[in-house]
Amino acid sequence: MQSCTVLVSVTVIQMVAQSTVIRVNVKSEEQIHLLQALETAQEWEVDFWLDPVSTELPVDIRVPRFSLIPVKEHLTFHNIPFTVMIENVQELLDKEKAEMEANQMKERSTRSLNFGAYHDLNTIYSWMDTLVADYPNLITKQHIGVSYENRPMYVLKFSTGGYNRPAIWVDTGIHAREWVTQATGVWTANKIATDYGTDASLTSLLNTMDLYMLIVANPDGYVFSHTNDRMWRKTRSVNPGYACRGVDPNRNWDAGFGGPGASSYPCSDSYHGPSANSEIEVKNVVNLIQSHGNFKAFISVHSYSQLLMYPYGYVCSSANHQAELHSVGRAAAQKLTSLYGTAYQVGSICNIIYQASGGSIDWSYNSGIKYSFAFELRDTGRYGFILPADQIIPTASETWLALKHIMEYVRDHPY
Amino acid sequence: MMRLVVVLAVLMGVSGIPDVTISPPTASADTSAHPNSIPETADESEQIKARTEEGAEEDVMATGELNPNHYPARRAAQVVQHYLNTRYGSPFRLIGVQTVHSGNAEDVADSGRKYQLELSVNDIITNTTQTCSAELFFPKGKGQQPPEVKASLEELLKIDIKAQEEALYQKYKTNQTLMSAQYLPDSHGHIEPDMKPFWHLGILASSFIMLNESTENTLYNVAQVANITQLTTEEDHLEFDCHTLLHEVVSQEIIHWKMLFTWSPAEGVKVVQMKRLPHRHEREKSPKTN
Repeated sequence: MQSCTVLVSVTVIQMVAQSTVIRVNVKSEEQIHLLQALETAQEWEVDFWLDPVSTELPVDIRVPRFSLIPVKEHLTFHNIPFTVMIENVQELLDKEKAEMEANQMKERSTRSLNFGAYHDLNTIYSWMDTLVADYPNLITKQHIGVSYENRPMYVLKFSTGGYNRPAIWVDTGIHAREWVTQATGVWTANKIATDYGTDASLTSLLNTMDLYMLIVANPDGYVFSHTNDRMWRKTRSVNPGYACRGVDPNRNWDAGFGGPGASSYPCSDSYHGPSANSEIEVKNVVNLIQSHGNFKAFISVHSYSQLLMYPYGYVCSSANHQAELHSVGRAAAQKLTSLYGTAYQVGSICNIIYQASGGSIDWSYNSGIKYSFAFELRDTGRYGFILPADQIIPTASETWLALKHIMEYVRDHPY
Repeated sequence: MMRLVVVLAVLMGVSGIPDVTISPPTASADTSAHPNSIPETADESEQIKARTEEGAEEDVMATGELNPNHYPARRAAQVVQHYLNTRYGSPFRLIGVQTVHSGNAEDVADSGRKYQLELSVNDIITNTTQTCSAELFFPKGKGQQPPEVKASLEELLKIDIKAQEEALYQKYKTNQTLMSAQYLPDSHGHIEPDMKPFWHLGILASSFIMLNESTENTLYNVAQVANITQLTTEEDHLEFDCHTLLHEVVSQEIIHWKMLFTWSPAEGVKVVQMKRLPHRHEREKSPKTN
């Protein structure tokens, strides 16, 4: 059998377990004949990795452990010098297998992250770095502040240049337990990176506008939902005087703060917090949006219920641009539905789901960001927050069609 | 045919921890409050256009013709779903609301509010749909009174599940060890195929609770079956102890319930006992001193 050093076949690996490979530099025809005779010596079960053919070429012999001593004695007796090439073939194979697996894993952690699985915070953060490394001319990672428990908060900025271009904001994961949203954020960031340059519409969009994505808007909550409580929703800030931690980050924005649809009780899952922007996770975003000053769209992604909503949540009266927002929302939802038939309802937060004060898109809209939308992704309650991982990619794919529609509309309707 | 049999919650107080009411003081979802700030008025024409498209504002509990996409109709539809599951559900038949086509709501003197709905429901397992008309009554007044529902299914009942039900029943009536499962589905939404009937049973038993607890200001789903354990019984049914997490959408709370229930192909699901478990934080109620 001829081979280099690596054997991949499983049966071969089984055969070569516990073998040594010795190399002979033959000096004469006689030695060649002797070695050829060795091969027919059934009881020793040697096989040649490099056959004895001429005195010009080395001969490599694989010798099973049980016959190593007799073979060595045989060669010595006939004055055939040899050296040990591979002490233990099995060890070498094991090492190479481990190396291959490590390489595969490394490859998986770069652009080949399994988008159809839920990942913890560290994995998502590592992957962000590899994405930025793969697309250095398109994506930068911005540290926008820290969480209550001092975890970094990172925004991915997609930009092809310019200075302070009109921008679109997308956040996912503001509520920890809504795992399909962080997963959708990851898939979407990758989608944008890979489609830029090939998708004409996306390319034209990014040639005039910037895109900011906050994939894990609530890192403390996300970690807690992995380590302690899958159903955790809020931040993890301490509430003085109470054992209950956390504020509902989507009741903490400065829009009708403290009004109906939010709780003043710290133990509640819709606790609005002591004051607007009391949560550092919210404040970090507010600071970024305000200091940037040129955002044209603000999209917040939640789950579940299959809804696409626009302001207001804190009141049930119509927003100024209700008609336009409804029209854009409806068209976006139709694009979403076109992929797999997933049905979405469109309307204002207050009409569609409930009155809720202190919400992010109410704040963004009142700050002058006209195209403010909130998604509630799959499903409608069968699995709810624990959506099967095999629905991540279908969910992200259909949602992308809606997101793209909104972004294209924003691009085509500058204000 | 299943009958709604619910024995009122037995207080099995454990070391003096009382049953507590579900909602901490949250603001009501009743939208009669005035806004804090009123946005600038838009063009008259634009506003009128928006209203006719979206339907009238819902400053008070919606009355008259309901917008089928808005929450009053959808919450009522969810109640119908829970009712249908208590009545017709099975480990092999689970009903879900698909679409609300139209709805109507009105006050009934001082006693409560009545709804009429036209909707489409589907059998989640076989993905078969049928239309359904329903009537609901939400009683007013002190004390949690469950809503009354009138709705029926014909088409979906024609799907034959008897063989599957019998097979499940026989398997677990005669098995050597009692089954027990946790976290259906798990954190990643995964559930073993042969555990699905027990997930469904947990949802069905929970439907009795969700039906009981529903008002016009709630929307319930089962978030997860935390634990379902088979108990021994001499009688002609299977018996289970079950702990489920309910998600109440309006308050966004996760509410834990424990149930004792029975199931057989002949009798369907009967909830024998149910008890709301205190929220994690209610067990740590004493304020922390800094």
